[in-house]
Amino acid sequence: MSLLAIENLTVALPKGLDRPNAIEGVSLTLDKGEILCVVGESGSGKSITAASVMGLLPPALRISGGRIVLEGADLLALAPEQWRDLRGRRLGMIFQEPMTALNPIMRVGEQIEEVLRVHGEGDRRARAARVGELIEAVGLPDPAHIRSAYPFRLSGGQRQRVMIAMALALEPAVLIADEPTTALDVTTQMQILQLIRSIQRARGMGVLFITHDFGVVAEIADRIAVMQHGRIVETGRAADILDRPQHDYTKSLIAAVPHLVANAMATEGAAGEPVFSATGVRKSYWRRGSWLRRSTRVDAVRDADFILHKGETLGLVGESGSGKSTLARCAVRLIDPEAGAIVYRGEDLAPLSRRALRPYRKRIQMIFQDPFASLNPRKKVGEIVAEGPITHGEGRAAATARARDLLRLVGLDPSAMERYPHEFSGGQRQRIGIARALALEPEILVADEPVSALDVSVQAQVLDLLADIRRRLGLTMLFITHDLRVAAQICDSVAVMKDGAIVEYGRTAQVFSAPAHAYTRALIDAIPGKNWRPPAPV
Amino acid sequence: MRDFARRFARNVGAVFGLVLLLAVLALALLAPVLFPVDPWQMAGVPFAPPLEDGFLLGTDSLGRDVAAGIAHGAHISLLVGLVSTVAAIAIGVTLGAVAGYAGGRIDDAIMRFTEFFQTIPSFVFAIVLVAIFTPSISSIIAAIAIVSWPPVTRVVRGEFLSLRSREFVQAAIVLGQSTPRIIFGQILPNALSPIIVLGSLMVASAILLESALSFLGLGDPNVMSWGFMIGAGRSVIRLAWWMSVFPGVAIFLTVLALNLVGEGLSDALNPRLARRRG
Repeated sequence: MSLLAIENLTVALPKGLDRPNAIEGVSLTLDKGEILCVVGESGSGKSITAASVMGLLPPALRISGGRIVLEGADLLALAPEQWRDLRGRRLGMIFQEPMTALNPIMRVGEQIEEVLRVHGEGDRRARAARVGELIEAVGLPDPAHIRSAYPFRLSGGQRQRVMIAMALALEPAVLIADEPTTALDVTTQMQILQLIRSIQRARGMGVLFITHDFGVVAEIADRIAVMQHGRIVETGRAADILDRPQHDYTKSLIAAVPHLVANAMATEGAAGEPVFSATGVRKSYWRRGSWLRRSTRVDAVRDADFILHKGETLGLVGESGSGKSTLARCAVRLIDPEAGAIVYRGEDLAPLSRRALRPYRKRIQMIFQDPFASLNPRKKVGEIVAEGPITHGEGRAAATARARDLLRLVGLDPSAMERYPHEFSGGQRQRIGIARALALEPEILVADEPVSALDVSVQAQVLDLLADIRRRLGLTMLFITHDLRVAAQICDSVAVMKDGAIVEYGRTAQVFSAPAHAYTRALIDAIPGKNWRPPAPV
Repeated sequence: MRDFARRFARNVGAVFGLVLLLAVLALALLAPVLFPVDPWQMAGVPFAPPLEDGFLLGTDSLGRDVAAGIAHGAHISLLVGLVSTVAAIAIGVTLGAVAGYAGGRIDDAIMRFTEFFQTIPSFVFAIVLVAIFTPSISSIIAAIAIVSWPPVTRVVRGEFLSLRSREFVQAAIVLGQSTPRIIFGQILPNALSPIIVLGSLMVASAILLESALSFLGLGDPNVMSWGFMIGAGRSVIRLAWWMSVFPGVAIFLTVLALNLVGEGLSDALNPRLARRRG
């Protein structure tokens, strides 16, 4: 008998949505001591599956069929109190967002202890001892200090460890992890994955691991279930699915995964004349102190230098807080750098006033990260794309005509002109953002994490589009990303940033094959699934 | 837009408020037709109770028709309510937009200025202003506008603070748009919903303020208004209750209608919030 069995589970959506059921006929089994990865893109129903097991479905959804059997007992037939007792005791859960999953006004120690207390475990002293053990088990430094700290004092990775400690407090038989590493930096992600793996090994738990990232799957899975549109399309042993996927959807997902094979199209040494450069760019923020503490200066960017040659794509990679976005925003002068020069074709843009800068705005355009925030929700797509040229004095008719052409260029139907941004999916919106940037016929495109908010298959399409446009229009691109696999795929050279400084800068192939800086090596080592070579698409 | 109308129509109270408001508006527009006689003119016996001598709502101490007074007073109440609200919103949106978008010192300066106005009790301030400028329609409107813009500034500033860091605003900067164009073309349309809701509620409080001013005898002496009628009927309320009750009911219904409409707008413009409440 398996530890956890989901049999033919169906969860109905409220009426009037694009499909009747969030998940339909989902059957899964999880055995003791194995990690089952449920993979799928957003909207595939993978999180709903996890929420159903925990009894955490949003009130609008209801289970309309099937069974969830945990150690021989059907959870759906249990009274709410019985199910509640199983949560925490037999079923543990880790959430995606460690920032919001912890109570911000409760000390870490109390929060872990609460799990024990609500289940009536032990007396005060026994509980305190257990909390100490747990904090140590999840590898948190300085346990005595950590337990009296508030969550905001901890880093994202530390918070996720606290969540894991809470989930493990009562030694559950099943651990459900819903995208536990998605919000974390790549090096932290690797540590958390290793922690989950080692704890699972040591205690023989069954882990239901929800993720969208095939790299993570390759790193951790024993078995895999692939979900699409609320159904399971393929299940099997990890090695089988990763190397010999059967279903077309699985094949397309795996083909879309960016992998660490340096850009084959990198025009080795063939770069043109330098067109854009930054030298000694510096930007710092003041963290305001209280009346007892002095204000402290935080360097967001320190003496950053880079040169963009005509037609080149330079990747700016680093983890969150490394200053890569600040540097990109300095390059387009959304942020005014404190020192240094930003030179475009011999003209230093850094000291120019906003008015004097206007003619150069046309030449340097930007694509933003969040396709849901970067388009004005009150404007039609046609207006959004035509806005730039109109601002720079082009006639409305001509600008509108060009907007139509651009939408076609980025693969959207011209009928999109009359619609509002909320009617489009994330990938389509990102295409609109690209069209908006291209409307001014820029020479340099600054792309700030343009694909990190997108699903992997959409991500691959947008990357292809960018590569295609870049080739056709001869664009020069500054590409900011936290994902080294993406950087390897599309950049000619990369600059690795850490704590505001560029620590390594060179041709992509060279940086990835022979990283000189220890930090670059650590980043490359932390790429999930780096030892897995996806099968070549057939 | 159709979606908006459907959501609004789902709220029974809001539809009722809208109907009531339209009725008051119709009364104001049709007043010269329904009651062609000047409401200040003596029309019958003084203190005629309702439904006597052909007076629907009776007559006052000077034999003036109360119904005619209410119909003509509707005109002035709505006029003062609307114009003063429009003026207050114009001041409030401009200051709030500049404060929220610019931030820093400018924001500080504007907000301290706003707080200065907020610390003075608004009714007392309005009395002082009207007393200084001599009571007339325009001075009453000005006084009400001056005391009611600070909340608009605060709301608009809050909206701008959260909207200006959104990526679509940064995109507009990168496109090279000018600051006024970003403020009014990009951000303001996104901040309209709370302004509309606040505006509908402000009309209600402006009508109350106007009535209170005329009740105290600070209304325009040349126009009939609800507050004045209550004020005039106050001393004889035991003799002729209808003189103060009917104008009071008129004020009550109009303000209620505006509040219901405001609530309905708020729900219809923030569908997510409304659903949570329902």
